[in-house]
Amino acid sequence: MTTNDLTGQGPSRRMVLTGMGAGLLASAAMPAVVWAQGAPIKLGFQLHRTGIGAAYGHWYERTAQAALKVVNDAGGIAGRPVEIIFEDDGTDPARGAEVVDKLVNQHGVDMVFGPLFSHVVMGSAPRAGELKVPYLVCSEGYHVASGALNRWTLQPGITDVRSQIASMAPWVAANLGKKVTMVYPDYAFGYDHRDFFTAAIAAQGGEVIAQIAIPPTETTFTRYLPQIPAETEVLYHVMVGPAVLTFVKELGEFYGTGPKPQLFGFIDSLEAVDFATPGLEFLEGTHFWEAHNRVKQADAGEFETAYRAAVGVDDNGASVSDAADVATYSHMFSVWETLFVIKAGIEASGYAGPADRQKFVEALEAMTDMPLSAEHPQGAKRFNGKTHQVFGVQNISQVQGGKLMRVHQTTIEDGLYDDAVDYTTMAF
Amino acid sequence: MSVTGKIWALHLGVLVMLAVAQAVLPAYHANNLARIMVLAVFAMGYNIAFGYTGLLSLGHALFFGFGMYGMGLAVWQVEWTFFPAVVLGLLAGGASAAAVGMLALRTAGVSFMIVTLMFAQAGYLTVLYFNQYTGGDQGFAVEAFARQVFGYDLAQDTPRAVAAFVLFAVALVLNLVLVRSRFGRVMAAMRENEERSRMLGYDVFHVKLRVMVISGLYAGAAGAAFGVLFGYVGANFATVQYSILPMLYVLMGGAGVVLGPLLGAVVMFYLIDIASGLTSAHLLVVGVALVVLVLFAPRGLLGMVRERWLPWLP
Amino acid sequence: MGFGPFLLLALLEGTVAAAVLALTAVGLSLVFGVMRVVNVAHGEFFMLGAVVAWFVAAAVPGHAAMGFMLALVVAPLVVAGVAALADWLVLKRLNYDPEATIVATIGLLYILQQSALTFFGPTPRPVEAPFTWRIQTPWFGYSGYKLFVVLAAIAILLAVWAFMTRTRAGLVMRATQVDRQTARAFGINVDRVYAGTFALGAGLAAVAAVLVVPVSQAHYLMGGDPLLLSFIVVIIGGLGSLRGTLVAALVIGLGDGVISMFFSPTLAKIIATLLVALVLVFRPQGLFGAKA
Repeated sequence: MTTNDLTGQGPSRRMVLTGMGAGLLASAAMPAVVWAQGAPIKLGFQLHRTGIGAAYGHWYERTAQAALKVVNDAGGIAGRPVEIIFEDDGTDPARGAEVVDKLVNQHGVDMVFGPLFSHVVMGSAPRAGELKVPYLVCSEGYHVASGALNRWTLQPGITDVRSQIASMAPWVAANLGKKVTMVYPDYAFGYDHRDFFTAAIAAQGGEVIAQIAIPPTETTFTRYLPQIPAETEVLYHVMVGPAVLTFVKELGEFYGTGPKPQLFGFIDSLEAVDFATPGLEFLEGTHFWEAHNRVKQADAGEFETAYRAAVGVDDNGASVSDAADVATYSHMFSVWETLFVIKAGIEASGYAGPADRQKFVEALEAMTDMPLSAEHPQGAKRFNGKTHQVFGVQNISQVQGGKLMRVHQTTIEDGLYDDAVDYTTMAF
Repeated sequence: MSVTGKIWALHLGVLVMLAVAQAVLPAYHANNLARIMVLAVFAMGYNIAFGYTGLLSLGHALFFGFGMYGMGLAVWQVEWTFFPAVVLGLLAGGASAAAVGMLALRTAGVSFMIVTLMFAQAGYLTVLYFNQYTGGDQGFAVEAFARQVFGYDLAQDTPRAVAAFVLFAVALVLNLVLVRSRFGRVMAAMRENEERSRMLGYDVFHVKLRVMVISGLYAGAAGAAFGVLFGYVGANFATVQYSILPMLYVLMGGAGVVLGPLLGAVVMFYLIDIASGLTSAHLLVVGVALVVLVLFAPRGLLGMVRERWLPWLP
Repeated sequence: MGFGPFLLLALLEGTVAAAVLALTAVGLSLVFGVMRVVNVAHGEFFMLGAVVAWFVAAAVPGHAAMGFMLALVVAPLVVAGVAALADWLVLKRLNYDPEATIVATIGLLYILQQSALTFFGPTPRPVEAPFTWRIQTPWFGYSGYKLFVVLAAIAILLAVWAFMTRTRAGLVMRATQVDRQTARAFGINVDRVYAGTFALGAGLAAVAAVLVVPVSQAHYLMGGDPLLLSFIVVIIGGLGSLRGTLVAALVIGLGDGVISMFFSPTLAKIIATLLVALVLVFRPQGLFGAKA
């Protein structure tokens, strides 16, 4: 797989995305691509439409639809139209496995993608492995690259937590402080943060002086906050779930007008939450990790603009039709990019049907660099075929005038770590 | 045909039908049937406690969870193979039911429901609390070596279907033997009139405890089987929802009917599956089913059949 | 932070938790006391209160306090209406059989929760607090609104107490609680008393939710925790005893606030649930209730 396969359509790309007679141009440039030639390629989407992941699911579905439209408007995949079948998993691992079954055996999809929450991935990946169906997750979890899953499970659309943390810890230590207190959810996703950040900051000569784990079912947080030691220089916070806004509001009330440490948050703590919500004014000047900048930055290029337009997100990161409907902007690009990786994989492997699923996985494993492009609007990526994990750039943003403005961008190299597994040596 | 003959003919006939269905159904439905059979074993255990003995528990998820984690942790932490791990799960289900029974059976009715509910909730939270050993809410995949039986790989659809069928068939036959035994009649007497049974000289507490253990063994077997057959162990199987499901299956199919749990599981599984295609609020059917059943058909589907047509149905 | 301020904050948080819990649990306790019904759907009435509050607040333009005050009136009424309907359609037809009503209210739990998912959606939504006054101590800041929650809860609980002891309706309810048959013989319309009690219990949960929703957010799955905690409180306090429920709410609320500052909150919950089970086994009249 070369970079050309990923950006192959060259000059017509931008017009494809902006919908200016794109279909015609694309088919003129690539005679092989003829609309509706052959049966459609069916992709299954395991969607968190309900349950605790619903805020993400809502935007994952929307992003998938937008990417699908772009793909089909440009002639589909390998000349075949594409369909996505969405099935709700209730953000529940048991239902997740049933959904994989349903998508594959009942709807007859070619492959499955889309889940975010790590317990759903854990519960579903074994079933995907049994069915020998490519299972492309968009979950950030380290479970793929750690080797806990199987040959059929890949994460080609979003960098994992371990890499995100490794790439940002040096900046945090150099700019914000070295004595860090961590607040994180008391389950697997939080432990990834705890373990990797503690190690990463130690490597920078810093130290995690307190670790505060909060159960995911908690709805009020104030009582945890006094556990933050007074000598804390940096408060590192990452929360997920329906109560994230409460968490941040209570953090603001707790510090009030008094002195407070530097705050460094994962945007997960505020995904789908409007920064203009009353009570969040105290975040002014604090820093956040973002995979993908919610607020359109001054240097945003054509790919970013086209992506926003296609998904229907305004310059502030909210829905164009409802300014109160804030996107899960920092995660949902993974759905878009995964769909285009699927496209590239199918076209590179000559995938024609379920019998070629193994060839498809091998084609993905052979992928390496994916440059910044319409297919990869978040930024350039590097895929590691051995660990089935992709690596990309990360952003650190500061709240300035109520808006998240990028102050630092990491490189792909900042986030690389030694392989913990080589899936390519495992049996299919 | 004698009543005994009719009973065995019916139940063996159902088993034959299930075997045929496994063979001819398309992959998706065959797999669902494997799931349903394992869950029906769970519900059979529930039925032994609730349907036959009148013990309405809201804590069976604990026994199911003990079975699943007993098996799963034995595989994950100490690398036990299939048979010892599954047997451990089975025993863990029975032992947890014995422990809960010792305490909860001192209460009755509403208090019994709440006590069992609270124990199960404590069990679920314990799984989360000891996440470094249990994998917490993320759970863990059951490793491939533990899914090999006599050279067959349970990750394959056919061996899995056979395994689920064998489990179900054994559970069904044992259930039938149990309820037709002398002890089975004691159980029913306990449900109908506890005071009278006591006066007849039965040790009520002891009988109920034995019932709880049997019920827990069923739940444990089902939990262990579900984990090993479908390759995943997770905390959500210990949530209150998994206490409500077997109750729902039993109420739907018919409490105190041996085949009730199976029918209830089939009907509810497909109601939920079909509803999920129509609306994101697919659990609504669970709520509506519960209310409608308790209002209009408290004896469930087979309970009505028994009332009207087949009075000999065990 | 020193131990003193630490404890102060724990006590503040505990008081707020206890106030909300008391409102919710008194509703549950009332329903159990008068009707002998264990209402598993009680947490969903709480959720419904928060959801209705969001709809009301979103519909009212102008200052946030306007929407909030209106929600404080409308949400409990709507929820009480839903509860009365459920009583009439379901519970009454079951003749209030204790076990059947548990199954039915489990069904009701799913129906209410999934309806909220359908009409309100799966995303959490905030309701703006009526005012944003904040107290700043030398060690930490604290939301003034939370203190308002405590005062409001006390006022409402006093009103409930006055209603139960000083009005004819309250007397009728207590009479029905003591002896349903005799009450009927004296010409009391027991059906209406039951419907009213169920509505009042649900309405109290809804009031608690409206008070809480500016602090947390309305979400269709938010009913689980209040239900579990209310159960714990009602059982520790002695099933059906209002005074016991209040004492238990204070103990559990404050205890939880303080304990979870020193221990893992998950561990605290494990201990609390086990404690409830053991109380029911060994002291079914509750820790604070009089002998039943």
